[in-house]
Amino acid sequence: MGIEGIGARVVRKEDRRFITGKGRYTDDIVLKDTTYAAFVRSPHAHARILSIDTTAAKAAPGVIDVLTGADLAGDRIGGLICGWMIHSKDGSPMKAGAHPAIAHEIVRHVGDQVAVVIAETKAQARDAAELVEIDYEVLTAVVDPAKAQDADAPQIHPEAAGNLIYDWHIGDAAATDAALAAAARTIKLDIVNNRLVPNPIEPRVAIGSYDEAEEHFTLYNTSQNPHVARLVLSAFVGIAPEHKLRVVAPDVGGGFGSKIFIYPEETVCLWASKKIGGRPVKWTSDRTEAFLTDCHGRDHVTRAEMAFDADNRITGFKVHTIANLGAYMSTFSSSVPTYLYATLLSGQYAIPAIYAEVEAVYTNTVPVDAYRGAGRPEATYLIERMMETAARELGVDPADLRRKNFVKSFPHQTPVIMCYDAGDYEATLDKALAAIDYAGLPARKAASLAKGKRRGLGFSCYIEACGIAPSQAVGSLGAGVGLWESAEVRVNPVGTIEVLTGSHSHGQGHETTFAQLVNDRLGIGVNNVQIVHGDTDKVQFGMGTYGSRSGAVGMSAIVKALDKVEAKAKKIAAHLMEASEADIVIEGGEVKVAGTDKTMAFAHVALAAYTGHNLPAGMEPGLKESAFYDPTNFTFPSGTYICEVEVDPDTGVVEIERFVAVDDFGNVINPMIVEGQVHGGLAQGIGQALLEGVTYDMESGQLLTGSFMDYTMPRADDLPSFEVSTTVTVCPGNPLGMKGCGEAGAIGSPPAVINAITDAIGVRDIAMPATPSKVWAALHGAA
Amino acid sequence: MYETSYHRPTSLSEAEALMGADVDAKFLAGGQTLLPTMKQRLAAPSALIDLRHLPELKGISVEGDTLVIGAATPHAAVQTSAEVKRTIPAIAKLAGLTGDPHVRHLGTIGGSVANNDPAADYPSAVLGLGATIHTNRRTIAAEDYFQGMFTTALEDGEIIVKIAFPIPLAANYEKFRHPASRYAMAGAFVAKTTGGVRVAVTGAAQGGVFRATAFEDALGADFRPEALDGLSVDADDMLSDIHGDSAYRANLVKVMVKRSVAGLL
Ligand SMILES: Cc1cc2nc3c(=O)[nH]c(=O)nc-3n(C[C@H](O)[C@H](O)[C@H](O)COP(=O)(O)OP(=O)(O)OC[C@H]3O[C@@H](n4cnc5c(N)ncnc54)[C@H](O)[C@@H]3O)c2cc1C
Repeated sequence: MGIEGIGARVVRKEDRRFITGKGRYTDDIVLKDTTYAAFVRSPHAHARILSIDTTAAKAAPGVIDVLTGADLAGDRIGGLICGWMIHSKDGSPMKAGAHPAIAHEIVRHVGDQVAVVIAETKAQARDAAELVEIDYEVLTAVVDPAKAQDADAPQIHPEAAGNLIYDWHIGDAAATDAALAAAARTIKLDIVNNRLVPNPIEPRVAIGSYDEAEEHFTLYNTSQNPHVARLVLSAFVGIAPEHKLRVVAPDVGGGFGSKIFIYPEETVCLWASKKIGGRPVKWTSDRTEAFLTDCHGRDHVTRAEMAFDADNRITGFKVHTIANLGAYMSTFSSSVPTYLYATLLSGQYAIPAIYAEVEAVYTNTVPVDAYRGAGRPEATYLIERMMETAARELGVDPADLRRKNFVKSFPHQTPVIMCYDAGDYEATLDKALAAIDYAGLPARKAASLAKGKRRGLGFSCYIEACGIAPSQAVGSLGAGVGLWESAEVRVNPVGTIEVLTGSHSHGQGHETTFAQLVNDRLGIGVNNVQIVHGDTDKVQFGMGTYGSRSGAVGMSAIVKALDKVEAKAKKIAAHLMEASEADIVIEGGEVKVAGTDKTMAFAHVALAAYTGHNLPAGMEPGLKESAFYDPTNFTFPSGTYICEVEVDPDTGVVEIERFVAVDDFGNVINPMIVEGQVHGGLAQGIGQALLEGVTYDMESGQLLTGSFMDYTMPRADDLPSFEVSTTVTVCPGNPLGMKGCGEAGAIGSPPAVINAITDAIGVRDIAMPATPSKVWAALHGAA
Repeated sequence: MYETSYHRPTSLSEAEALMGADVDAKFLAGGQTLLPTMKQRLAAPSALIDLRHLPELKGISVEGDTLVIGAATPHAAVQTSAEVKRTIPAIAKLAGLTGDPHVRHLGTIGGSVANNDPAADYPSAVLGLGATIHTNRRTIAAEDYFQGMFTTALEDGEIIVKIAFPIPLAANYEKFRHPASRYAMAGAFVAKTTGGVRVAVTGAAQGGVFRATAFEDALGADFRPEALDGLSVDADDMLSDIHGDSAYRANLVKVMVKRSVAGLL
């Protein structure tokens, strides 16, 4: 591997820039003659707009224009789309309501944008926004997904009768019902997966800039996938054809999924820039707007039943889930509770029959879409809470019950589409059991009790699917795009390299890991490699970063491009050194003839490629290759997490005493970065389990957890020192044998925490987040 | 934030004059409450009069059996002060439990006591020790000063200059932090004084900081946590919200008072 190759703990190249405050984020970009946008947002969860009076706002100091949904409609700017078609059980397509970039006639959640003020300064824009007078007729609102289909619930979109977007299913209903009927024991569980606010440290920003001379638009935005943004804004919203729209997503301060989506403000800034004659229009979200408009995550209400035979083998699993998609269907919202959720309901277990039904509903809440893990945390939470509950009710050890039901041979076809390619679930379980000292648990529980505390331990044996995804397969399931990735490797005449990738780094460390890959192949050192991403003018096309796909898919594309570069370099070197191409090897920055002392620097070969003075006959000059890589399958990271907690019965405070995470990510490029990803994921998962959760007022639809004063973000002192390690089964599906590590921590950890708490206090279930007051109430029988 | 202007007076009389000239002005100390409120456009003072550079409001001193803390003293200075640690270490502890390092280096004792947030920490020490608030106009006893959440005896334009704490025989503060804001969800300041045991509780009650007199009586007779068994504060007086209902808060009050007492044994 070398000190900078695959497997090495190379210090992140990008951190110097970030830590010294030299990162260049969208808000740092100030174009000449910039104007500032402030949105007027709905204070109501559901209301009819009776009138909008912009007179006073237009007359306010510094105001350039005030625009409304009527102006947008008048200019025939299209609405936002949901890019994944889901069909209901009856074959009918999902019922997507209109999603205008500025609300027109009806507002559907608190924070819905109703008008935009463009002014010379940010403060002037905000001052004037307060002068826009809007008359609303307030309508009843529904925020609880379980109540969205009630007869007395308000109708949110005319297209979706009863607020039902789709009623989808997967698996074999008859076989599953038969398994439940024939079961020796069945275990039932009602589970709520709490709604979360992503809260990346950098709020969203959009700068729209129209060049009248060229009739060309540029959008600078905080995006995880600028090319997809360009595609949607061109093909569906109709801002401009793709060659007339450039999208740049520079340094991005975290996304966790929330910056995948194409948001209304981006459309508005582009459109408004043209409308006001070409001056750039900039909008920077504040934290309140982030709470009210960044897509939220999770929000499932599920009822499930699992069947066991007399030997405690799982024979069937039946699931019914209501998924809250909020007031509008965001870009990928439809896929999250379906193909990213129910396809993982087999967990790590051999389950012969599975049937899942998912009803997606509209409510008067912020739209819900993918958030770190996207569907897999919901699946894992359900399965692993179910396994722990089953073990307790069947009277068997929870580790034994899992082990008995593990998938043990691969490939394994589940009843819910996924075909697991490789894994060793016993290996991760055994390693985690040893790490936590499972045998010592009874003694530790007794010691806690002696101090007046309650100790508990919880497992989570998760599996997830990364590296989304084979284009043909996702196309057949309704995806509007292919999910390949592209790469271009440009060797400069001096032998240094630029790698252009369609992935987008917003914290993942691509500038380091991708450079490690190049160094592994060519040995030129990571500092001679520059990773270029996030600009549609530089990178031809790409699908972006989410679903832990940048390694398994993005790096595989780089491998393919490197293969081509190497092949050409070898041809040139063979020609220059008068050797056979088959004898040429590239290592340590040198191109050598195997078995001889003939060698030349890789840089020399690069120079030769560009001078063109002495190339093999017929060869084009230059050394630059590109590739598209389309994966053949998902990848399946898996692992065992064990959480041990101590509960203070006086206050309900849960202290996480130990957290052991053993992950199988396949081959690892940079263990330090992988550990960082796991730590961050665990913090978010523990945050979901103990701290974070959205509360809406059920009547008014107001967001009660609308700031950090009420929405509890995990802090360092809420978390233990994590004990993380890995096992390796090589992924057979991609050239690097890697699976993906970006979301595992957030996927695997919530059930481990809740299983530990319920073990400690002896209750069947406790709702996330398990705050001290809830734990105390549960202990005192009040829950 | 709306447009405003900023003044930095260097004497108490200059500050008074500035305030006298502008009814819509506000005093600014550490800004840890006022500035976020302004950023959210919930407050729009025409001018900010910064109190942090008035010599009268500065300094920590021990005067006989009294610890005197200038109103403009930031929490971090109280937390680390040798005088405070020597005379009333519970106040240093309380200051160290307030906010985060950033907040502690800007937020001031005067701002906290003037604001009287029902979840703020300092009011419990002021009431728990029976401190005296010295303003530019008068002195106010703690008992008369706190008048319900965000309400105090301060008149318009009145400036807290310093706070004088009688040095107790012993005191302790235990705080249960609100999970999100980390203000007090229940903070119990327990003091043993020559006049008896005093217990002041912040964070939990609808009316802001209060003295738990039943607890004081029980502890006066028997200064052990067990003395509180069977007693409780009235849950009907407690706050109830998404972070904890009134029954939970009533429980927390008792647990925190017990822990505070236990720390003094
Ligand atoms: C993130 C965060 C966390 C916090 N956590 C806690 C916590 O855990 N516990 C806690 O107790 N507090 C907490 N605070 C509040 C903080 O500790 C300050 O004490 C509080 O904000 C007020 O002090 P200040 O000096 O910042 O006052 P400012 O915000 O400047 O002023 C507050 C009010 O008091 C008035 N005022 C200020 N000084 C005087 C004076 N000398 N005389 C008369 N009026 C005056 C001002 O006019 C204003 O109305 C937190 C604040 C933040 C931002």
